[in-house]
Amino acid sequence: MAYELNGKKIEHDEEGYIADVNGWTEDVAKMIADVEGIDMTSEHWEVIHFLREYYNEYQIAPAVRVLTKAVAKKLGPEKGNNKYLYELFPYGPGKQACKIAGLPKPTGCV
Amino acid sequence: MPEIEALENTSGVIKKFLYLNSKAPYGTVYALEVLEMILISAAFEQDVHVAFVDDGVYQIKKGQDTKGIEMKSFLPTYRALEGYDIEKLYVEKESMEERGLTVEDFIVPVTVVNRLTMSDLIHSMDVVLGG
Repeated sequence: MAYELNGKKIEHDEEGYIADVNGWTEDVAKMIADVEGIDMTSEHWEVIHFLREYYNEYQIAPAVRVLTKAVAKKLGPEKGNNKYLYELFPYGPGKQACKIAGLPKPTGCV
Repeated sequence: MPEIEALENTSGVIKKFLYLNSKAPYGTVYALEVLEMILISAAFEQDVHVAFVDDGVYQIKKGQDTKGIEMKSFLPTYRALEGYDIEKLYVEKESMEERGLTVEDFIVPVTVVNRLTMSDLIHSMDVVLGG
């Protein structure tokens, strides 16, 4: 399975997570967000870039609880809480934001 | 899996878990599998301990270069454990010294304990999962 972006194929698994984390660009993110029905705002991008940084540092996609805590630490408690993050990513800041960020599905997420 | 059943029968009770790593990081899947198990188990909010013995001490040795074996290094992921509230990490002193390592060689802060203390630690746990 693959997304198609400007004539280029980007492989993904059956749930839409892209196969190659290094094949991610902001255009890829926009396309996945479209498929997910999410209109990307600067608040969305902030979380997406945060996830990319987390992955670069630790080589894993964080569990949602860990993501929430890390966002609170970096961006403040008004953003590092479930309400804020679920409003941005209704299907789950772990599952859905990681998908848009081009990360694997969070470890332990079912 | 008696451990899992016991866990379900006593929901709400916090048990002492020990993940005992004894294998080198690459060559087998044990190290990565145990690491993933630890990350998943963090969601259950148990009292998690992680120990490194024998060649397992190499798992957290700084400066691993996995290019030659064409595998992704999961060394940085041990540093994520703190964010998962898993901070009780132990290294067996004898295993460390036999391999010419010191506490400075590890990528995460660990408590170094001798073999006897490690044995006591293992016996004080409710559940021990090895790899």
